[in-house]
Amino acid sequence: MSTRQIVQHRKLAHDKERNKTVQADLPLYPEQASNFAMSVDGLMAYITAVCAFFAIAITAAIIYFFFKYRRKHPGEVGVPIHGDMRLETAWIVVPLFLALTMFGWGAVVYVDFRRAPMDTLDIYVIGKQWMWKIQQPTGLREINELHVPVGRNVKLILASEDVIHDFSVPAFRVKMDVVPGHYNTMWFRPTKAGRYHFFCQQYCGTNHALMGGWVTVMEPMEYAAWLSGSSEATANPVLAGEKLFAEKACNTCHVTNGTGRAPSLNGVYGANVLLADGSAVTADDAYLRESILNPQAKIVAGYAPLMPSFQGQLTEEQIIDLTSYIKSLQSQPVPTKGSGVAPATGKK
Amino acid sequence: MSATPAAVNQMPREHYLNATWGIRSWLLTTDHKRIALLYLASVTFFFFIGGAFATMIRIHLLSPKGLLVTPETYNKLFTMHGVAMIFFFLIPSIPAVLGNFLLPIMIGAKDLAFPKINLLSWYIYLVGGCFVLYSFSTGGLDTGWTFYTPLSSVYSNSAVTPAVLGVFINGFSSILTGLNFIVTVHTMRAPGMTWFRLPLFVWAQYATSIIFILGTPVIAITLLLAGLERVFHLGFFNPALGGDPILFQHLFWFYSHPAVYIMILPAMGVISEIIPTFARKPIFGYSFIAGSSIAIAVIGFFVWAHHMFVTGESTYAALTFSLLSYLVAIPSAVKVFNWTSTLYKGSISYDTPMLYALGFIGLFLIGGLTGLFLACLGLDIHLHDTYFVIAHFHYIMVGGAVMGYVGGLHYWWPKITGKLYPEFLARIAAITLFLGFNLTFFPQFILGYLGMPRRYASYPPEFQVLNVMSTAGASILALGYLLPMIYLTWSMRYGAIAGPNPWPGTGLEWRTPSPPPTENFDVTPEVTWEPYDYDNRPDLGLDVSGAPALAHGDD
Amino acid sequence: MHRTGELYEQYRTLEQQRETASLGMWIFLSTEVLFFAGLFMTYTLNRSTYPDIFSEASKTIKLSWGAINTVVLIGSSLTMAMAVWASQTGKKKALTWFLIATLVLGTVFLGIKSVEYHDKYVEHHIPGWNFQFEPGADAATNAHAQLFFSLYFGMTGLHALHMIIGAGLLLWLIRESLRGRFTPEYNTPVENIGLYWHFVDIVWIFLFPLLYLIDRH
Repeated sequence: MSTRQIVQHRKLAHDKERNKTVQADLPLYPEQASNFAMSVDGLMAYITAVCAFFAIAITAAIIYFFFKYRRKHPGEVGVPIHGDMRLETAWIVVPLFLALTMFGWGAVVYVDFRRAPMDTLDIYVIGKQWMWKIQQPTGLREINELHVPVGRNVKLILASEDVIHDFSVPAFRVKMDVVPGHYNTMWFRPTKAGRYHFFCQQYCGTNHALMGGWVTVMEPMEYAAWLSGSSEATANPVLAGEKLFAEKACNTCHVTNGTGRAPSLNGVYGANVLLADGSAVTADDAYLRESILNPQAKIVAGYAPLMPSFQGQLTEEQIIDLTSYIKSLQSQPVPTKGSGVAPATGKK
Repeated sequence: MSATPAAVNQMPREHYLNATWGIRSWLLTTDHKRIALLYLASVTFFFFIGGAFATMIRIHLLSPKGLLVTPETYNKLFTMHGVAMIFFFLIPSIPAVLGNFLLPIMIGAKDLAFPKINLLSWYIYLVGGCFVLYSFSTGGLDTGWTFYTPLSSVYSNSAVTPAVLGVFINGFSSILTGLNFIVTVHTMRAPGMTWFRLPLFVWAQYATSIIFILGTPVIAITLLLAGLERVFHLGFFNPALGGDPILFQHLFWFYSHPAVYIMILPAMGVISEIIPTFARKPIFGYSFIAGSSIAIAVIGFFVWAHHMFVTGESTYAALTFSLLSYLVAIPSAVKVFNWTSTLYKGSISYDTPMLYALGFIGLFLIGGLTGLFLACLGLDIHLHDTYFVIAHFHYIMVGGAVMGYVGGLHYWWPKITGKLYPEFLARIAAITLFLGFNLTFFPQFILGYLGMPRRYASYPPEFQVLNVMSTAGASILALGYLLPMIYLTWSMRYGAIAGPNPWPGTGLEWRTPSPPPTENFDVTPEVTWEPYDYDNRPDLGLDVSGAPALAHGDD
Repeated sequence: MHRTGELYEQYRTLEQQRETASLGMWIFLSTEVLFFAGLFMTYTLNRSTYPDIFSEASKTIKLSWGAINTVVLIGSSLTMAMAVWASQTGKKKALTWFLIATLVLGTVFLGIKSVEYHDKYVEHHIPGWNFQFEPGADAATNAHAQLFFSLYFGMTGLHALHMIIGAGLLLWLIRESLRGRFTPEYNTPVENIGLYWHFVDIVWIFLFPLLYLIDRH
């Protein structure tokens, strides 16, 4: 932390006068506000140190040779040295070893980032030229603003209505592309209350540079108060999803008690589903989304591939509503027959 | 077997420049040297177009709100900067100009294997260039040079179709050049020119050509599909119609990552020629430098998905591609170590090409080492698509490839034109370029780590200081590019006469008059010496006996 | 570049010239492989994403035409191989006839292909604005079937373009052969165009099962 303070004190004189409110110093790295910030900065420090060592050593050698062995008279030639196997071996093996340590450490951080913990707060983020629509677990909706509690694992489920976007929070040191056609997820645990920039980091057309906003990290109590305080703005995604479920006639086949032509959806969210090809899959957001848009991809064991595709007929928000509704059926009783849910201790 | 040491002291009456006259004799020429000059003129043209866009970009970014143009225009500026610079300047620059001119001479051939196809390549390049210029002048192009779908194929309102067609067509120019070079190296070498006597520049061109012939067709078909998707509303890469936009990225980077090596490998080849000449000693680790070129070309084909660590690709894919990306760094490191070692106990002169070569090593070092940051999975989730990436690849492409190209132009300028450039001005320009470049791009590393996204027409005010520094550097850089343009042109007419071997160099290109005759050599040369061997070359007129004798033990 | 007899100026010997031309053709074919590879990749990926609709769509193209065309094309490869043999052994008359036979078979292939294309046109299976997979098919099915047909036309179209170029080259070969230019010492163009022709055939050998045969029992 002390380096950071030193950096903060290194103020630019002219800047102090001109721009005091906006930019008082010239930091070398953004604020550290998530669980990933420390590990990414540590990785950065390590690689910087190794690279700086080599860059300085080689530059010093070049400068030294440049002056030491400058041509003394016009006809002079250098000493014919053709190579040295020991040296060649050394400068293959040593960099290779160092590179592998960088790879290994980087892999550890990345795998951590790609594998979200189980107990996350799930927030839906929809990118659209050129704004972000965000939906809290309670159904509360925000635009270009994201509120999260400090100390809680947060998972963002990212979808795009049009082109590829990218949700990036430099203070958290994380980003993930938002790709139309499927869900990506990213997670982080905010560690410090405050307001931080988020950016669209994948070029997405005319107003790409304006497609950003602020993440507000709040104390958990504040966050809870904020959630309930703005309840009047809340649309209920479960109700919207239930309505849509009827409108699109999903309920004619997916009958709750398992007697329909399609499996009951009670308790399916988060459970294991047995597929026709004998494998099993966890029914998460991505699976539900795929089953709505490309139902033929994964057929539940014991059912015919009858379901039509809803690709092009549902917006990303409507899919999220449907998912929320199916999620709300999680606690409903699972019928013994007519469900895709694999029994907890059952055969594979 | 000393070939023609005596005939070197006077200008030949007839050479490739004055053998025939008239515009037809240039436009219908099949002489590789003339075609090289045609390329020189055309890539310079595109360099200045791309440079003009870059200038406007830097001026615009002086202020956080954007100083010069609307966001829409800004997007077009950076896209057109990228397309002009990458596809029409950097990729053809060293291969099609210096490679075309030197490759046959360096191996002792009269011409490339297929001279007519060589001319055809240039015309294809021109046709592709015209399509792209048409796109630029009728609505411009705002997709980013990466043409990511579905933005390019569905959502963009700019002139995407002609641009995609132009790049598609231009691809065939690269393919034919690569084909020509590979065949030439295989079958056209002079007697005695064995594979391990080839100059390292030829090895580098050979490695580059492998990428040309195996990578370019993939981007050609990919861009064709994207163009068809746009024109006929098809769905290959459009998720709304069932396609997969990530597939486009895979196919695009399968070429476009190796394309980075298309740009840097030839520059490495140039540096490998300049350093032994101006240190007057054999290059350190010849076979390692030659082999590392091939290694880069081959491994370079298996690292493409490191551009896609945050697209949601599987963790296993990411791990594999990160590991392979670290492997491809090793051959580059080997080259840098060998170049540095070549300086040891050399007889180093401060001529301009040497300044460029040493500047190249410094800048390429930073560019290459920052690649290690981006190949690191854990760091890439923070650095991806920030200005860190911009700084990194400009260090490689401008600090590396362009420095190599300009350095090579100086080195072989006496051979190409028969005239010397003004040495003092040239040294000033080399130093200006080095300083201006660093001031322009080093601040962008910090900007990137702070999180400034690339391709932003406006940015949060806290990033302004570093952006202003960068723009200041860019103005110095621009001056550094104008200088050589002026004095090189001037020297074509007024420069001092260069002898056949002013430095002197050891390659075959220095055993023929400057400028060379149309047939390259009056008599087919026979190679009896090892590359970069100053010790056994009495024909160079150097003071071999004066070399410190203790040295031989170091071999 | 001038040439002396059949030797172009930049080469030292006929042997070198022949080697150069042949290596050039092989390298050209290797770029062609990569050119088609992008399409094959796109096709394979999409087929695995939408196996059912791709299978249904592929069943609407007529197997019989494809099968006949395969036979025709293999036949043309045979006549082309015979032409190369004839040129190497100096049988000038046979060479001309084998070349003509190859050209005829190639033209038959293209003729059948255009009949197939016409069928697809009648069925509204040409991707674009008028595309309609089956009466009453929903939007998603239509889109996915259109993907199949885009790739079908892309791949067979690119192949047909190669055939047309090949036919042009054959015409030139026939003209030169009638002039008696090819001898056992100089027959590089016949050999190289033969290589090209075989390559185009091999591409079809991959296209036929991929587009016509998978999922037919």
